[in-house]
Amino acid sequence: MTREELQQLIATQFAGCSFEEGTEWLTVDISADSWKTGAQWLRQHNDLLFDFLFCLTCVDWKTHLTMVYHLTSTTYRHTLVVKCKLNREKPEIETVSDIWRTAEFHEREVYELFGVIFLNHPDLRKLILPDEWEGYPLRKDYEDPINMIKL
Amino acid sequence: MPVALPQFKPYRPQMPAINKKNTMSNTLNHEAAESLPAGDVVSAHRPSIEQLAGPTPFPGTVHQAPGGNFLVSKMDEVINWARSNSLWPLTFGTSCCAIEMMSAYSAKYDWSRFGFEVARATPRQADVIIIAGTIVNKMAPVLKRLYDQMADPKYVVAMGACATSGGPFFYNTYSVVKGADHVIPVDVYIAGCPPRPEALIHALMALQVKIKAGMTREQIRDEMKAPPQPE
Repeated sequence: MTREELQQLIATQFAGCSFEEGTEWLTVDISADSWKTGAQWLRQHNDLLFDFLFCLTCVDWKTHLTMVYHLTSTTYRHTLVVKCKLNREKPEIETVSDIWRTAEFHEREVYELFGVIFLNHPDLRKLILPDEWEGYPLRKDYEDPINMIKL
Repeated sequence: MPVALPQFKPYRPQMPAINKKNTMSNTLNHEAAESLPAGDVVSAHRPSIEQLAGPTPFPGTVHQAPGGNFLVSKMDEVINWARSNSLWPLTFGTSCCAIEMMSAYSAKYDWSRFGFEVARATPRQADVIIIAGTIVNKMAPVLKRLYDQMADPKYVVAMGACATSGGPFFYNTYSVVKGADHVIPVDVYIAGCPPRPEALIHALMALQVKIKAGMTREQIRDEMKAPPQPE
């Protein structure tokens, strides 16, 4: 499937989505509400079969957070980047760990470093940081006067 | 008549910190030591840092005697000489410096040639720990415990920018220890990010010099800082 065909097909599922220009991979911005059903659809649609989530991360833009999911299909070899804007004060999004198992650890990592709450995640604990850690160290406004030397 | 062991020209790695002119008194520098009367070598003279760089002969002097020669030496010097030529490093690497360290281990650089030989997987059998990589706050207690488990005498090499100062993670980092010497004492520091295998080998040779000198860190520093000789 060409990039244009892929874009047209994906636009049918996500109402009101927008596509970014000039990216290496097809990049779609969607709303957080449509993510769970859309993820199922991307995984299962016979012409898409995005069966491999190879990157799950988050970006702090100071005004909001953006979840970024990199998907690829081992059948068709096409790749898609999905972005979801989240409210910085109350960042919540549905988990996709039941669709792509790898997301379980990645979502725990994003949870500890950015404080995003993944709804219906089976085991949302900190992954690497100590359990008693306070704050979300990869947020831009994170302060730690003891360990951090500000530049 | 006592005869000094044959002296061969030692290979000296570049040690920029040593300035020949104002390093040490004349009686202790290398050329002067060679011209000393052989009998004096046994006496109070302590080999200079410079003399100890590179391969050194077995410490002591051979005295010729009818029916066989005998050797006069000091136990401390012999022990230090033996220690310096059998350094067992601990297998320890926390990031990309470890890749350079593996390279130094393996066929191309083969640091066994210099007497730092078998990497040990347990601290109880190791003499030297090479901190090859970033030390994060979570790793610090582990590093301390490994160091504590090593048997004396033990030595520490801080390899690369991270182990020396935190390096690229010095600023704006929540997780990195700004230098492994916050956790354990360090004998030799290596610059680089990561340092080349040659730099690592040089650092271990510098450590050998340090061991052979049998001096504390402060004594070595004072010797290197000795006031310039009057012209």
